[in-house]
Order: sequence, then structure tokens, then C-alpha cells
Amino acid sequence: MIRYLFPLTIFVGLTVLFIYGLQNDPRYVPSPLINKIAPEFTLPSLHNPESNISVDDIKGAVSLINVWASWCVACRLEHPILNEAVKKYHLNLYGLNYKDKRTNALIWLENLGNPYIESAYDEYGNVGIDYGVYGVPETFLLDKKGVIRYKHIGPIDKRQFDDIIMPLIKKLEQES
Amino acid sequence: MKILYQSIVLALIIFTTHKSFSNDEPVYFTDKNQEQRYYSLIEEVRCLVCQNQSLADSNAPLAQDLRNEIFKMIKSEKSNSQIIEFLVERYGDFVLYRPPLKDNTWLLWFGPFLFLIIAVTTAIIFIKKQSQNNTIDN
Amino acid sequence: MIAELGHFSLILALAMAIIQSTFPIVGAATGNLTYMSLARPAARLQFLFVSISFGILVYSFLINDFSISYVANNSNTLLPWVYRFSAVWGAHEGSLLLWTLILSIWTIAVTFFSHRLPEYFLSRVIGVMGLVSIGFLLFMLFTSNPFERIFPVPLDGADLNPLLQDPGLIIHPPILYMGYVGFSVAFGFAIAALLGGNLDTTWARWSRPWTLLAWMFLTIGIALGSWWAYYELGWGGWWFWDPVENASFMPWLIGTALIHSLAATDKREIFKNWTILLAICAFALSLLGTFLVRSGVITSVHAFATDPTRGIFILALLTIFVGGSLVLYAFRAPSTKSGGKFKLLSRETFLLFNSILFLVAMLTVLLGTIYPLIIEALNLGKLSVGAPYFNAVFVPIMTPVIIFLGFGVLTKWKQDDFSLLLKQLRNLLIASLFIGISIGLIFFENNQLKSIAGIVAALWISTTTLYSLFVKVKNKKNKLAAMRIISRSFYGMLVAHIGFAVCIVGITITSQHSVDIHQRMKIGDVIEFSNYQFHLKDLKTVSGPNYEATEAIVDVIKNEKLVTTLRSQKRIYAVRNMPMTEAGIDAGFTRDIYMALGEPLDNESWSVRLYHKPFVRWIWLGAILMAIGGLLAVLDKRYRLRTLKKKIITVNNEAIP
Repeated sequence: MIRYLFPLTIFVGLTVLFIYGLQNDPRYVPSPLINKIAPEFTLPSLHNPESNISVDDIKGAVSLINVWASWCVACRLEHPILNEAVKKYHLNLYGLNYKDKRTNALIWLENLGNPYIESAYDEYGNVGIDYGVYGVPETFLLDKKGVIRYKHIGPIDKRQFDDIIMPLIKKLEQES
Repeated sequence: MKILYQSIVLALIIFTTHKSFSNDEPVYFTDKNQEQRYYSLIEEVRCLVCQNQSLADSNAPLAQDLRNEIFKMIKSEKSNSQIIEFLVERYGDFVLYRPPLKDNTWLLWFGPFLFLIIAVTTAIIFIKKQSQNNTIDN
Repeated sequence: MIAELGHFSLILALAMAIIQSTFPIVGAATGNLTYMSLARPAARLQFLFVSISFGILVYSFLINDFSISYVANNSNTLLPWVYRFSAVWGAHEGSLLLWTLILSIWTIAVTFFSHRLPEYFLSRVIGVMGLVSIGFLLFMLFTSNPFERIFPVPLDGADLNPLLQDPGLIIHPPILYMGYVGFSVAFGFAIAALLGGNLDTTWARWSRPWTLLAWMFLTIGIALGSWWAYYELGWGGWWFWDPVENASFMPWLIGTALIHSLAATDKREIFKNWTILLAICAFALSLLGTFLVRSGVITSVHAFATDPTRGIFILALLTIFVGGSLVLYAFRAPSTKSGGKFKLLSRETFLLFNSILFLVAMLTVLLGTIYPLIIEALNLGKLSVGAPYFNAVFVPIMTPVIIFLGFGVLTKWKQDDFSLLLKQLRNLLIASLFIGISIGLIFFENNQLKSIAGIVAALWISTTTLYSLFVKVKNKKNKLAAMRIISRSFYGMLVAHIGFAVCIVGITITSQHSVDIHQRMKIGDVIEFSNYQFHLKDLKTVSGPNYEATEAIVDVIKNEKLVTTLRSQKRIYAVRNMPMTEAGIDAGFTRDIYMALGEPLDNESWSVRLYHKPFVRWIWLGAILMAIGGLLAVLDKRYRLRTLKKKIITVNNEAIP
């Protein structure tokens, strides 16, 4: 008698799985770099082609690395949020200018504001690959030891910044 | 609603990462072995900005970048497993179309054969039982 | 105004569908002839209203009515009229309307070709199909109205995706849907049998032609999809194990199990419960396919733009229909009485093995398709399961199928003698091995083992199947006359099995021996491989109705003779500013030569892809043969109305339960 209920049981299991699936985003790629030391890089500075910026310059304090580009439409959405947040909270925000043209990038920052302490110029996207970047914008949160603790994919909106990122920053500040 | 927003956002990301010019630069190998390895590898790696396409099938700039990486690594004598490790370190297991055999893929790789064994065994038991059944039906 | 008429027509169709399902099903349960007699007219009226609705949508596309949001999103004034027509099913809402239309077509077909069915049984079949219609009509009316208006009316539309601006889009979805939706008939028959409570075998006999027909359409539909992807995408691939492709393949696998199981149930009154379950499963997988494409649960190149509400609705439909039928099954199945017994070595055994092996194949594809979802749900990570996995596991699962096929066609019903059977088979096996190995060694320089395996498999299938014909006529004096009286369904089996063999040959040889070259070329360059020389003669600009293109003209030379001139275009479609490749293909029985123009590189060079694909057409040829086999079986004389009318008079004394 029980064996006739077997197909139904399998079906119920599948349905439950699909209900979960409906709330899930199949294209979201979680980062394997979480809780790992931020990958090494040394790149020319965006504003100052003569000098270099390396990840060691960023490590040591709680910092954000924001991957952006002038050709990125979604970056425009989040830029005001970054501007405001840096002013308000005095964040250590660094930029990774991804596969961009220097002149376009500089003009973009002039027009929309430059919240970055410094931006590194990743012309060919090699550092992007090391950081597992697959879309722009993406933002990495590093702790004092230079370990990546959080990665945000896509533009950050105000709610996400206030509810997720800022509390995390505060928590990391508390750590030794 | 959240999913809708995320979809739009991801669509924007994809839209913005697709530039109007695409590089489709062919690669050249002198070593036949290397060439074969390259072409097999790019079939096995997912293009992360596409809707389910491999690096081999995709025109996206990120796909071109990753193909170049793989090309450079093969040229510098890296092994297939080193190349795969490189990619997984940065993008996770999601980037591989051939899921690695780990704890969480045991059922995947052995499942079909388990199904086969269970199904065949059940069938044989059923056949044996009904062929010896003494009750007369129909 | 006319769009509102289209919308209203759908509402009328829904009303008809409600009448079509409630009255007949209640009537069949209570013996009310009046109620039952409403089935046919309600179904036919439903078809009328759905057709009107569909016709109105087609009309709106043809006249460029951009005040309808669906038209504005999928069409454009520059779009050639034939693609304006096929754009009707180019996206979610319209394809649902197509689904519903095809369901109503199958339903009225059942109303016309079912004189021999008892009224109470037919009522249930039509009633159940009506319930499915209700589901889809509600789905459209609540979440996916194709006639939604848009304000302000845009001056022009967003154009049909250039990938879909192709003859393939005109035929692939309708034929595929004929297959998918056709399994609703088998489903209807199965539920009607369960509702009736006595699973006698007549339902199996009645169900067979309908199921074969649906299976035939699905076979062609999948083959069309594969062929279309091959010439349209420019990569020379013909199957990608994309989740949506898998979603069409799974019902095909179960459909194949179903047609074989129905044969056993029809002939020997066995596997009754199992066959019912397979019928429910086939239709469930059709619905699952519909769900996967539209819900956003998986990533796929085929996925329609999604909305979670729609996903929830289809999931609800799935739950009601599949869950409901499985509950009904759990209640009715235990009381089924089984028919003739059979020993381990018998045709029944091999038919059962066919069922379970195809079931295992389906489960394998299902496992691979939903595994990423399972792992994510259990928070065990995120991974991809793609072609490398499916290719690795599918072939080993298919191998026993191929082996047992040979046994199955030659084994007797009920009981057979092992040593006798072995003798017949041994000779055929030796012949297959000998010929296969010879061909493999002579014609192929590399990948010989796999090529030989494929050829031997195909020879094994063909020789055993043909031998079963030989066995039927070998003791007859007039062999030709004996062959003429053999049933069409036997020939159907023959042709279909050979089609399967042909398909295997195509798949094996093309996967092992295709050559794929990706190089830069400028005018005057020559590339040589597989004994062919490719000369790039010219690159010129070409204008189309809604695109601008660069065309590459390549002469293909073999043994100093011109074999063909290939033309491939790189098009930029104006409206969406989207690039697309039109491949240049020289199709042949034993090989395709294929060119896809890539991108302009620096100076005057372009990247070009050239392919030599041996025996690739055999894949689709094999599928066509399988479909022809199915059609032959449907046209078997035993389903003819005239010869059966005599039997109806004597048999139709059945009491209405």
C-alpha cells in the first residue's frame, strides 16, 4: 500500500525544492574569497600614472574596495550613495577602475564626484579576475587584517548600505 | 519584488559589461596537445555573465578575458588541474561545468548508477515473484 | 477594441472549458447522459474561442498594433511579415496562448476520432483535458494576458530577438508543443481509467495511437530544436544539455518508455499500474518543462523573461494536476488485477527493462538539471552541472538499453529458450562486431574505440530488428505476401528502431570526428584541413530589411575541384543594435561543411570559424525515421474505424460504473 504513495512523495519533495527555487536567484555567484586575505596586486594609480597603488596600502584598516567603470550604467545608481556614505562616516573607500579608459574615468569622477581615497587603474581587468569580478559594480569589505569579509554584487542602494554594510563595518572596527 | 529588482540589476550589470565591440581573436598553438587542451577546457568553463553558455560559446568580454587567461596558462606549461584551481579559487565551483567530485557531489556522480542498480534489482524481483505466483488471474 | 475582443474570447473559452470539464466528469460518475453529452460541443466551442483569440493576436502582430504591450515588446515595423507572424509565440504570453490553442486542437481531435469509446470514458478524457485548459486559461487571464494594452502607445516596437528571426522559430515551438501538449491526451486517458476504477486493457488500446502521435511530434520537435541551434548559433553544436533542452528531453524519454509499456499492457494485460504512472509522469514532465522555462528557477538561454508570480502559478498548476493524479493513483492502483504471467526470459521482461532503463535515464537528466538547486537549498554551496557531466553519465545508462533492444525484439512472449535465442543473437553480434571494427579501423584514424562502439551498437540494433522481420517470414513460401500482411505497427517498430541506430551513428561520429578551426582570415587567405581548402574570396556589405551585414564568400576546394561556395554573414540588427552570425553551411549526407563569420579584427582580417562535421545530418535523419516509425504505428489498420464498428456492437454492453 505504501509503495503506491512513493511517486507522490517524490513529487512533494520536488515541489518543496521548487518553492525554494522561486525565491532564489540562479545567477548570483557567491565569492570563494570570503574570509580569505585580499589577493595581492600592484597597479598604477588612476590620477597619477607615475605612482603605484598596491593592496598593502589598503590593508591595515577596515576598508572598502569598489569596482567601477565609466561605461557602467549601474555604477551611476550607487555613486551618490558612496559619496554620501564617505562624507558621513569617513570610510576608507578605494576604487578599482575596471577595464576603462583613463580619460573617460577621470571625467566621470569629475562629473559625479570622487569619494575614493585613491583609485587603482585595472586597464585589462587582470586584477578583476583575481578578485573574481564578473560584473560591475562590485564592492569588497576588508577587515583590519586585510581579509575579505563581505562582497556585494551589483549597485548598493541606501537600504542595503544602512542595513547590511554599515553594521558590518562597525562590527569589524570593534575587532582588534 | 526582490527577485525582480535583483534581476533588473543583474541585467544592468550584464548590459554594461557587454561593450559594443567584442574581441573574437583566434588563438594559435604550435603544440597540438596544448591546442586540444585549450579547446576542451574552454568548453568546460562557464561564462559567468551569460545565460548558461561556456567560454567557448560566448562573445562576452569577460569570456574573452578568461579565454586569454587560460591560453596564457597553457602556454606557460600549467597543467589542467592548476588552471582549474586558478579559476575555482576566484569564482568558486560554479564556474565549472563538470562538477568536481566532492562530498556535496557524491550523490550526483553516483546517483545514476544507484538508480540503475535499484531499478534493475526491483524489476528482477518483481519478475521472479510474478512468474512463480500461484494465484490464477484473469 | 479588437484586443479586448481577443481578451473576451479567452474568457468565453474559459467558460466553455468549465462546462467541458465539470458536467462530463460528474455525468460519468452519476450516469447522467445529458451531462456527458455536453463534452463534445463544449470542447469544440472552446476551440472556436481560443482560435478566435489566437487569430486576433496574429492579426495584431501583422498590422503592427503597438498599443498591445506584447506586440510592442516583440515586434517592429521593419520586421518581415513572416516573423511578425511567428513572433506571436516568441515570448511568454503568446507562447502560452499557443499552448492553449494546441491543447484545444488535441481535445477536438479526440472528440472527432473517438466513436468507439464508451460515452462515460470519453467524457472523463475530455473532462480532464478541460481541466488542464482551465488551468492554462486562468494562468493567462490572471498573470499573462497577451492582450494587455500599453499607454502611451510607442511609435515602434522593441523588435523580435534576432536569434528568433529565423524559419526555425516558425516551426520548432508549434511542433514541440504538439508533442508536449499531446501527452495531455495520454494523461486524460490514464485519469479516465483511474476514475473508472477498473483498469481493463481497452484503455491501453485506445490510448496507443494518441500517445504515439504525441511522441512522434515531440521527437520531431526536439530534432528541429537541435537542428535550429546548430545552424543558428554558429558554434556547430547540436545539443547543450541546457536545462530547457533537458526539460523537453525528459518527457521524450518517459514517452518512449510509455509507448513500449502501452504495447505490453495492450497485448498481455500487464504493467497496468506502471503504464498509468508513466502516462502521468510524461504529462507531469511536460508541465515541469513549462514551469522551468518561465519561472526563473534555472538559468537558461531559452528562458523567457520571468516573474515569480508566474512561477508560483505554474507550480500551483503542477501541484494540482500531478499531485491530484498521484493521489488518485495511490487510491486506485492497489486494486488493479494483473494479467498474464511471464518468465524471466521473455519479451515482457525486456519491455519492462526498457521502461525502467528509460526511467533511470530520465531520472539521471532530472538529477543533473535540479542538482544545483538542491545543493543551494541545503546551503551546501553553489555549483554548475553542465554538458561534461551529462555526456559522462548518459552514455553508460544508454548502453544497457542498446544491448537489451537486441534481445527484446527477438525474444518470445511469456517464455523463451535461452540457448536458442543465444544462437541467433550470437551470430548477429559477431556480424556487428566484425563489420563495425572493420569500418572503424578503415575509415577513422583516431578515436577509433568510441567510433567502433557506436557503429557496432547501431549495427546490433539494425541487424536484430531486421532479423525479427526475417523470423516472421522465413517459414512462409510466399515471402512477399507474408510481408504484406504484417501489421503496419510492426513496420513502425522496425523503422523507428533503425532510426534510433542511425541517430547513434550520427552522434558517435560527429562527436568523435568533428573538426573545428578558429582562425583569422583576410581576402586571399587559404586555410586547409580535413582534405578541404577554404579560400576567402570576398568580403562585401549587404543590407537586409532590418539589418546591415558583412558577408564573407569562401570557396571550398577538394581534390582541386570546387565543392561549394559558402556565404556567411555577420549582421547587426538595427533596432536592438544586436550582432548575429548567419552561418554558411554546405549540407551533405555524409558531412556538413560549415562556416561562421566572427568579428572584424585589426586591419582587414576577420575571425572565422570553419567546421567539418561528418555524419551530423544522421542525427536528425535518425529522429525523422523514429517519427516515421511512430506514424506507421498510428496508421495501423486495427485503429481503423470501419473494421472496429463490428466489434463495438458486440463489446459495448459495458455497464456505466
